[in-house]
Amino acid sequence: MSNEQLAHPELAAVQIDEDSGDLSRSDVLLKGALAVGAIYGTSMVGPYVRRALAASGGSDVDILNFALTLEYLEAKFYAEAKMRAKPSGELKGLVDLIASDEQQHVEALAATVKKLGGKPVMEPKFDFPYSNTAGFLKLAQTFEDTGVSAYNGAGPMIKSKEVLAAAGGIVQVEARHAAAIRLQTGAEPAPVAFDPPLDEKQVLKAVEPFLA
Amino acid sequence: MAEIKDLAGPQSRRRFLAVGGGSAGLAAFLAACGDDSGTTMTTDSMGSGGGTSETAQFGKGDVGILNYALTLEYLETAFYADVVKSGLFKGADLETIRKFGQEEAEHVQALTQAVKSLGGKPAPEPKAEFPLKSAKSVLELAGTVENLGAAAYLGQAANIQSPEVLASALAIHSVEGRHAAVLNTLLGESITPDGAFAKPADVKTVLKSVEPFIVG
Repeated sequence: MSNEQLAHPELAAVQIDEDSGDLSRSDVLLKGALAVGAIYGTSMVGPYVRRALAASGGSDVDILNFALTLEYLEAKFYAEAKMRAKPSGELKGLVDLIASDEQQHVEALAATVKKLGGKPVMEPKFDFPYSNTAGFLKLAQTFEDTGVSAYNGAGPMIKSKEVLAAAGGIVQVEARHAAAIRLQTGAEPAPVAFDPPLDEKQVLKAVEPFLA
Repeated sequence: MAEIKDLAGPQSRRRFLAVGGGSAGLAAFLAACGDDSGTTMTTDSMGSGGGTSETAQFGKGDVGILNYALTLEYLETAFYADVVKSGLFKGADLETIRKFGQEEAEHVQALTQAVKSLGGKPAPEPKAEFPLKSAKSVLELAGTVENLGAAAYLGQAANIQSPEVLASALAIHSVEGRHAAVLNTLLGESITPDGAFAKPADVKTVLKSVEPFIVG
């Protein structure tokens, strides 16, 4: 499939690996989510995540570990970006703010998994292909929209009310990040009224190949 | 015309959106996940004890929550419509306001449908009046309303019974978060007034804040 046919080729280029070669369940779910986003657009990530979790009977610990893996990605991405993306002016302040938030999300999610008696997944190795500030911004926008979609897809699968409330507090912040990054790229900060917009038939058609 | 006495401005916003961040934010997050160490979030909005009694005035269970949200969305839609008509904004800011108003109107439609599909009676559109003295005060009010709206949805998420209603509520909640971040940016304020973890607002607080704008 050529890049012209991908909704987000920059997502397709992101790599997630483990030194040991053993991918965790969360790694695989995240790779799937990024693949769905790359091909169909970030609005499909939520429905994919929801169906994948429903199909595999994920516990709250599993869901939190998936969120943790996503937050590892974002935390690493923004931490690297402070130097690598050469942000200046307003963008510099924004990168610092988001980097701090994502790191706090990582810590909170890992702590919650432990509190629930689970084992937090380790941080995988990431490779984020971009070569300038513009490339960074494009990827940032896509990651933030992906994160919002993923959390909103996972939400209805969470069993504990407390975990749901806590996840809600995180996703709202991701949405705020998403809007702020979009203001930097000149894109519509809130392009659609629903995150993700759901057209059931379209969604089923899109995610079917991943779950057949 | 209703007066905004205390509502516009960051000080009053903090009154109902408790500021947290850093270790305070993490502690609140863990408290939300069953930690009994005494750290509190707004526990009355957590939903474990109160269930949906907060929104009972709007209807039973999920219908009540949806109608509560619908009432807020009606107010937001009316507010943005008034602001567009006021002529206080031009250019890019006007386009932003117009777009946000359109999205709130879509929320009204979706929530109305959702209530009907549950066999409930959709809440009536309240008659509202908003003070529109200047572009600055309007932006401040918009910021207050959007941050409050996001917090209101967050406050109810855990009370929702149906996974489909929850999915819809979450889909709207994050859009309100986007709106809030944009307005905060236009006001030169932080995109995340609560830090890394957004705080919920309970029904009482939310209704008290919007009460001054409801006239009939």
